[in-house]
Amino acid sequence: MWLTNSSVGRKIVMSVTGLFLVLFVTFHALMNAVALISFDAYNAICEFLGANWYAVLGTLILAGGFAIHIIFAFWLTLQNRKARGNIRYAVTSKPKEVEWASQNMLVLGLIVLCFLVLHLVQFWAKMQLPELMGEHIMPGKWYLEATFSHLWVLPVYLIGFAALWFHICHGFWSAFQTLGTANDKWIERWQCISKWWATIVFILFAVEACYFTWFFAL
Amino acid sequence: MEETKINAQPIDSKIPEGPIAEKWTNYKAHQKLVNPANKRKLDIIVVGTGLAGASAAATLGEMGFNVLNFCIQDSPRRAHSIAAQGGINAAKNYQNDGDSVYRLFYDTVKGGDYRAREANVYRLAEVSNNIIDQCVAQGVPFAREYGGLLANRSFGGAQVSRTFYAKGQTGQQLLLGAYSSLNRMIHAGKVKSYNRYEMHDVVIIDGRARGIIAKNLVTGKLERFAAHAVVIATGGYGNTYFLSTNAMGCNCSAAMACYRHGAYFANPAYVQIHPTCIPVHGDKQSKLTLMSESLRNDGRIWVPKSIEDAKKLQAGQIKGSDIPEEERDYYLERRYPAFGNLVPRDVASRAAKERCDKGYGVNNTGKAVFLDFSEAINRLGIDVIRQRYGNLFDMYEEITDVNPGELANEINGVKYYNPMMIYPAIHYTMGGIWVDYELQTSIKGLFAIGECNFSDHGANRLGASALMQGLADGYFVLPYTIQNYLSDQISVPRFSTDAPEFDAAEKKVQADLDHMMSIQGKRSVDSIHKELGNVMWDYVGMARTKESLEIALSKLKELRKEFENNLFIPGTQEGMNIELDKAFRLRDFITMGELIAYDALNRHESCGGHFREEHQTEEGEAKRDDENFFYVACWKYNGDDETAPTLIKEPLHYEAIKVQTRNYKS
Amino acid sequence: METNISFKIKVWRQANPHAEGRFETYEMHDIPTDTSFLEMMDILNEQLIEQGQEPVAFDHDCREGICGMCSLYVNGHPHGPATGATTCQLYMRRFKDGDTITVEPWRSAAFPVIKDLMVNRNAFDQIQQAGGYISFQTGGAQDANAIPISKVAADEAMDSATCIGCGACVAACKNGSAMLFLSAKVSQFALLPQGRAEAKRRVKAMLAKMDELGFGNCTNTGACSAECPKNIKLSNISRLNREFLSAKCSD
Repeated sequence: MWLTNSSVGRKIVMSVTGLFLVLFVTFHALMNAVALISFDAYNAICEFLGANWYAVLGTLILAGGFAIHIIFAFWLTLQNRKARGNIRYAVTSKPKEVEWASQNMLVLGLIVLCFLVLHLVQFWAKMQLPELMGEHIMPGKWYLEATFSHLWVLPVYLIGFAALWFHICHGFWSAFQTLGTANDKWIERWQCISKWWATIVFILFAVEACYFTWFFAL
Repeated sequence: MEETKINAQPIDSKIPEGPIAEKWTNYKAHQKLVNPANKRKLDIIVVGTGLAGASAAATLGEMGFNVLNFCIQDSPRRAHSIAAQGGINAAKNYQNDGDSVYRLFYDTVKGGDYRAREANVYRLAEVSNNIIDQCVAQGVPFAREYGGLLANRSFGGAQVSRTFYAKGQTGQQLLLGAYSSLNRMIHAGKVKSYNRYEMHDVVIIDGRARGIIAKNLVTGKLERFAAHAVVIATGGYGNTYFLSTNAMGCNCSAAMACYRHGAYFANPAYVQIHPTCIPVHGDKQSKLTLMSESLRNDGRIWVPKSIEDAKKLQAGQIKGSDIPEEERDYYLERRYPAFGNLVPRDVASRAAKERCDKGYGVNNTGKAVFLDFSEAINRLGIDVIRQRYGNLFDMYEEITDVNPGELANEINGVKYYNPMMIYPAIHYTMGGIWVDYELQTSIKGLFAIGECNFSDHGANRLGASALMQGLADGYFVLPYTIQNYLSDQISVPRFSTDAPEFDAAEKKVQADLDHMMSIQGKRSVDSIHKELGNVMWDYVGMARTKESLEIALSKLKELRKEFENNLFIPGTQEGMNIELDKAFRLRDFITMGELIAYDALNRHESCGGHFREEHQTEEGEAKRDDENFFYVACWKYNGDDETAPTLIKEPLHYEAIKVQTRNYKS
Repeated sequence: METNISFKIKVWRQANPHAEGRFETYEMHDIPTDTSFLEMMDILNEQLIEQGQEPVAFDHDCREGICGMCSLYVNGHPHGPATGATTCQLYMRRFKDGDTITVEPWRSAAFPVIKDLMVNRNAFDQIQQAGGYISFQTGGAQDANAIPISKVAADEAMDSATCIGCGACVAACKNGSAMLFLSAKVSQFALLPQGRAEAKRRVKAMLAKMDELGFGNCTNTGACSAECPKNIKLSNISRLNREFLSAKCSD
């Protein structure tokens, strides 16, 4: 199978799953933004995305996407370390054209993953999971309060969002480059779009987290 | 000084009968061929992977022969053909400026100062068009016009635009084209490629070349290779002068190995000095950098009119851009109104030397002239000029810290840009192993192609003709003519490398290497090579006299003694030893230097790249002596390096062209 | 203007492919700044020979930036701190008096060290042999002007074809990927009508060979292009991906 056997194939898997995750994150940010306006509307969305078959299917696909993205990330990194050889350079220097994020995608990804685990424990494990097991759950707003009423949550979330910002800044345009949709002009355009997209998502999440903290903890 | 021995034995150049335009067609129609089943049984060694070597190896492989291909670099793509900048000539007449095969032939013979073999040159001009077709089909990205068709530019020594080019990297693109064909054949298993191998000797069995001894430069071991024929494509001997535009690895050892086995060496005195190189800056310099001749299309060469300005320039008090138009002496345009800055290389080089010798040099050493783009930039704009020469400008800036495209001064409303500084340097060697019309040397089964042979350029080579000759030999000439030799070799079985001739050859090479290692003197290879270079440049350089050449010969004898008694090579023969490899080449450069001097001493005339001060007109132009020197001087080895070689003359016969004095004035 | 500088040079010495390597430091005195970096290495070697030691082995040939032979990793950059230039085009005016200059060989699993600063780049030849050509017999070509090719395409193909195969892209890449090298060749042929006929076969064969030889996976850091002495552009890699994707999708 060329998607696993060839280097470009493996990268295409990374880019397709990556773009899918970018889309998910975007929807997530927009969905949360509803709570800024109305908690009732937010509760309705939470209920809609509960233990219904389409939501469960969506969750499974999403989990699969994450899993593939993460497994391939480790696999590629291992291969790349091997390709680099056993002896490292004594002196290295990053050319100014090279983004810092692009050389640290695995580390950034790991930070995002840690954040994700925390986030799943705080929300998914208390919302969709028990509902699937037939337990009764509270409306969405209740879980926001349970989480953001603790002051330590905000800085931890902001670190997670920042890592996500760096990760998307490189990952987004890189995906389009890998899918062969770039040329001299479009590389710059995709890079620009990528920065904007990552920044909008970051601002949405950050504003939401700050608002919830202010609303529930202060 | 011992008398030059002259051998009267006749020399057969195998030129086919018939009118000049039909010779090659007739040859091909009547030559012997090898059928496909038999080609599989025949092995050919090709030494070298430049334009000639790579194209020959690829084409012979395509035809079905088994080819063994050798290069000293880590990859065939690195051969020094890659550095050719300007372009390649062909008689396509795409520009409708009156070009034709005959005109290209005529220009090449005239440019070569009527010392080339007519029939070879005509064949070269004939196949020039096929080369362009071939390269385009290979995907060589030649420059194009907006309409999608090929672009041309003009070059020195011609009044038509017939030069095809790929930016300033034509050699690179043509070589990569040949390399791609070669790769296809390596992939198909028809060519076996040996990288980092250096040929150390040719093996002769019963008077025919049957193999080589080559050193694996990584392991340091000598290895034997047998074949039905051996093709040498190892380039020229310009590095005899130490400082030249050749690559550091370019050497003449393969050619010298053939010469020592009795292959004639022809016209060694014809060494081309390229007029547009970056001037020498110090004694630590390792090589000279060429600025493409194409720069002379738009660049104008000048020195100041007044000696005072020149002195100020030499003292660094003023810059070139401080001197206004009317104070500049565009000496090429003044002396040669018809060709101006586009006179052939030998003429342009001597004119620069003449000005500098008179004290008009423009840098601190007094050995440089200006090449100025102000007029062209003012006429066409900097964008057009950068489009044409951008990478050359960048290269010049990286080396000298001066940007030739930068506005430097404005005098009376005229804009002056930084001029480049240039000076002549050793660039190409027209002489080489003697070959007949079939490109076979005087040893049966041993062929020489490309710069390595002497055949097509006479006493001087025109710009953009070296690429043409290398590819013509490799793609379109040798693959035919070698079959005429191989057709009766089909019943000869493959040779074993255990044959006593291989034993003897390897022992001899090993003994030479052991000897060099055992000297353990005080001097490094480079220090002796630099000394050789200085002797060659000072006494066998751009202007030669009987006295200077005799001094050179005696100094070279001293130098050989120094080499034999005072050389030091660190390390062992186990594994890679770069100093030993260099020493092996230097030994041959010394012999080569003597050969150049012998030939130059013998040729009492000035022609092309060979200028004898005793033989010049009152205006300082070269004065040929067609009555006494209308021949190819072939030198035969006399058993050891110390003894002077024997001269054998191949008289030239011109049927199509009337020999006359070269005139670039009107 | 020319001045002289003195500095320390830290050079990787390794006797042969299997030997253990180490850094040696040498003192260099009064080197004129208009000396090229490789001429400085020549001076160092002359010093070593004078002391009866073996000179430092490094690859070099044309010394005008086109053969692609020179391959020194100087102060953390392939071909040193100058941009758009090979090691041989690097001049000592880039360095200051008192500097310590570190010189290493290319580091990549696919480029094993032969000796000192010299590496084996035969893998590049093998990639080219897998398909970096247009298949036709010598002599079988039609007239050169029979196929018009737009100037834009020809110029872009030329830019890609400018690659000198030095391996700086691999040396610069934290993944040891040869994608820039491969994409330059694939692009040259993909842009020209002559190359289209076997474009699919070519890209698959060359990529498979590159993967087989142990080069890494591209993660679009762009270090290759930033360090490339010939400024080969990153867009070539996207073109390669596009060519490969379309070849695979049409299988």
